[in-house]
Amino acid sequence: MKTLMEIKKSVLISLWFILLTFPILVVRVNTIENVVEWRWRNMAFIGIGSFLLSFAWRYLLGRKERGRKLAEAGSGETRPLSQRVLEDPRIYRPALAAVALFALAFPFLFSSYQTNIMTTALMYVMLGLGLNIVVGLAGLLDLGYVAFYAVGAYSYALLNYHFGLGFWAVLPVGALLGVFFGILLGFPVLRLRGDYLAIVTLGFGEIIRLILENWNEFSFGPSGIANIARPGLFGLKLSLHEATVYLYYLMIALCLFTIFVVNRLQDSRIGRAWIALREDEVACQAMGIDKTKTKLTAFALGATWAGMVGVIFAAKTTFINPASFTFLESAMILSIVVLGGMGSIVGVILGALLLILTPEYLRAFSNYRMLLFGTTMVLMMVFRPQGIVTNVRRIYKFRTREDRGEPSQA
Amino acid sequence: MDYFLELLMGGLTRGSIYALIALGYTMVYGIIQLINFAHGEIYMIGAFTALIVASVLTMNGMTGISVLILASVVAVLYSAAYGFTVEKIAYKPLRQAPRLSPLISAIGMSIFLQNYVMLAQTSDFLPFPNLIPDLPFMEHYSHIISSAELIIVLTTAVVTIILTLFIKFTKIGKAMRATAQDQEMAMLAGVNVNRVISNTFIIGSVLAAIGGVLIASHIGRINFYIGFIAGIKAFTAAVLGGIGSIPGAVLGGMVLGWTESFATGYVSSDYEDVFAFCLLVLILIFRPAGLLGRSTAQKV
Amino acid sequence: MQNVLEVSGMTMNFGGLRALDAVDLRVRQGEIVALIGPNGAGKTTFFNCITGIYEPTDGDVFIQPPEGKRRRINGIKINRATELGLARTFQNIRLFPNMTVLENVMIGRHCRAKAGVLEAIFRGGGTRREEQEIVDYSYEILVKIGLADQVDELAKNLPYGAQRRLEIARAMATEPFLLLLDEPAAGMNPRETEALEALIVRIRDSENISVLMIEHDMRIVMSISDRIFVLDYGEKIAEGTAVQIRENPIVLKAYLGEDFTVNA
Repeated sequence: MKTLMEIKKSVLISLWFILLTFPILVVRVNTIENVVEWRWRNMAFIGIGSFLLSFAWRYLLGRKERGRKLAEAGSGETRPLSQRVLEDPRIYRPALAAVALFALAFPFLFSSYQTNIMTTALMYVMLGLGLNIVVGLAGLLDLGYVAFYAVGAYSYALLNYHFGLGFWAVLPVGALLGVFFGILLGFPVLRLRGDYLAIVTLGFGEIIRLILENWNEFSFGPSGIANIARPGLFGLKLSLHEATVYLYYLMIALCLFTIFVVNRLQDSRIGRAWIALREDEVACQAMGIDKTKTKLTAFALGATWAGMVGVIFAAKTTFINPASFTFLESAMILSIVVLGGMGSIVGVILGALLLILTPEYLRAFSNYRMLLFGTTMVLMMVFRPQGIVTNVRRIYKFRTREDRGEPSQA
Repeated sequence: MDYFLELLMGGLTRGSIYALIALGYTMVYGIIQLINFAHGEIYMIGAFTALIVASVLTMNGMTGISVLILASVVAVLYSAAYGFTVEKIAYKPLRQAPRLSPLISAIGMSIFLQNYVMLAQTSDFLPFPNLIPDLPFMEHYSHIISSAELIIVLTTAVVTIILTLFIKFTKIGKAMRATAQDQEMAMLAGVNVNRVISNTFIIGSVLAAIGGVLIASHIGRINFYIGFIAGIKAFTAAVLGGIGSIPGAVLGGMVLGWTESFATGYVSSDYEDVFAFCLLVLILIFRPAGLLGRSTAQKV
Repeated sequence: MQNVLEVSGMTMNFGGLRALDAVDLRVRQGEIVALIGPNGAGKTTFFNCITGIYEPTDGDVFIQPPEGKRRRINGIKINRATELGLARTFQNIRLFPNMTVLENVMIGRHCRAKAGVLEAIFRGGGTRREEQEIVDYSYEILVKIGLADQVDELAKNLPYGAQRRLEIARAMATEPFLLLLDEPAAGMNPRETEALEALIVRIRDSENISVLMIEHDMRIVMSISDRIFVLDYGEKIAEGTAVQIRENPIVLKAYLGEDFTVNA
């Protein structure tokens, strides 16, 4: 019987995982007191968990296979129900209004601490949207995105420290430095293929971090820079709470700005060129698109946002050090883009909010934050590579020659 | 002069470890064109498993070389199992997917494994018992090279020779070479490609585990993060030598080991990791085929 | 009648392998020229050398648009070749699978439009007009090709024959004066091939585009070609009209082997 076979398979899988995780999950060695701790409860969790999950895994994989076979047979892709629901103006207009109202009222409904968390989430929304240009639209796997983030943060910290420049003065500088470094780091990697590009950008990210950590004369090394000025509001002195709220609204404004710009870019000649580049680099060139210029533009524009968020980060936490700019940050931002759906603005926003807020609000989960990121990346790639929000192509309104009042061709 | 020799030996030792890990990268890349990001974590898990086994054994009174052997064997078995499992979960479902998907999955797996070990054990550095015995005849040379270093180098040499012979003369080795050259054709010729791929992961993991046990013994402490740095450096070594080439991985390991050793010895030790990353970036940009690789043209 | 494409002495070596050996070829304005030859003869390599994917080891490639200067384009960048008026299709279809039919053609318009990053962000009147023109022009091409009713379909969901036609439509959107088709009839049934024949002739007649096509389907080759060039093992072994080529013993030997004799 089929179910019996499946149960047998799952039992075997469960046993396998129990054995596999035994040393690391069950045994804990305390070398100071010279005792060994045996955590048998973990074994039970693994046993039951893997048993159940193996069923889920098999089912979901089967569903994916069936879906793929249907697509290959050419049954075409109908827009999923959730998509059609989202696009119905009668639904999304009031929903959007409600969200907007909630967002605006947030600092007055919740504490300073909560507002701070929201601000962080919004920062990741902006970072995700920026990386989305590079990875989601242009298909360039940039694993060193954190480098631009660090550039922005350190530029503000240093300019503030050495010259007393304020937040508003440095924000555009952060953006410009982002563009500059985007081109600088993008140039050497133009010819590289997908995975090599990924590794080189990872290398760049790490090199920048290591330089910041070791070049003490320039960056003050691992101890970082403290007492960075918060964003000013016409020179008013703000209390901690007021500053937090101020920063929150600032982030909302910047996010809206980012969404606006990214939306415009996506739906333009350059946006289409990026997608063509992602889909087929050779064919894209054959259609007259300059691959070098297109790639550099993607890098530069993507980096701009990271640069700006870097400035905000420095202003928000008032203390930065190289430890905040590790590869793990880049990986986190990548997992946001992957979860959200490459190229989808709404998806990235949802992905950022989900991945950043979940560990915060489910306090039990917060230790498992990075585990969550890792798992998300694997699961999304295996089961839903298109992301939680599928990027649906735009429908254009075209006019034939008659519509335009021109004489039609014979 | 002694200092130079010391650095030379140190570089050889480092290079050996990098070579052991790099072999895993290069073999997997040769077969399925995937950078197994999680490979460094397999190395780390090998070290951790050895630590746990060794600690349990020593606490129950066992001493001497039998601890080393038992700990190594268990570590190797477990690393192989982890490598096998990771492939089945994170890479096998993505064989037909576009190239970026398995890479992202690999990164996710790497992060998952790092944090899995960190949460299950500890984020601190754990002291690793020195399992490698001191060889009495090495006392004369201890200012240049220690017993441990000698053992590491010898082990690597032996392992590499065994691996080369294995790939060249056994049926499995032949199947691996065939799959690396043309997967579809190998399948049509009757090769069980799934098993070949699993075997490749297993062998690579075994090598990484050996490296993990050796270096952990030598350095004396481990934590959940050692896989990441070692992984990147080993990958650098693999690319330097020519990805997909087994002698290339060893050569690359040695070159990287010596570069690091001499650079930190004569230039600056702060920027130790930067050398590896710079080397990586430079190779990938200017000579992605590596020292022993051949550049393949893409058919349009 | 001027040459829109003039290739002389083109040689292409890949390491030790000589893929093309001193090949000469001309396409005159308004001609439909076929490039035929057994598999592996170097036909696609020839295309790749003209369009900038490879730089020929030796020889010269000259192009001359109907109202333009004669120009040497050896080693030119791929996208520059397209800007100058050479458009191509690929042997293994290379569409943009996750873009719609209309968007695929719109990509073809990229090199004939101007809007950059700032224009994209601000989207002024001029940019909006340009965008609308791109949409309209692309739609017109799809009407001519016969894919107008599938504009919003994803390219990967199209049946094979439609995909081949879409590739042609996309190439046409770049406003070429010379269209390079790599096995446009591959995998088509006789009815589709007939329609393709008519399409290519229509393109040549009404759009004033010259055509150089690689083909194996002798029906279409013999039916619409003004001139035929034959390659074998990288060398040009014959050149002539359909009638001449059909009875050329060297060509027959290349295709059918030594032992074949022609029954007069």
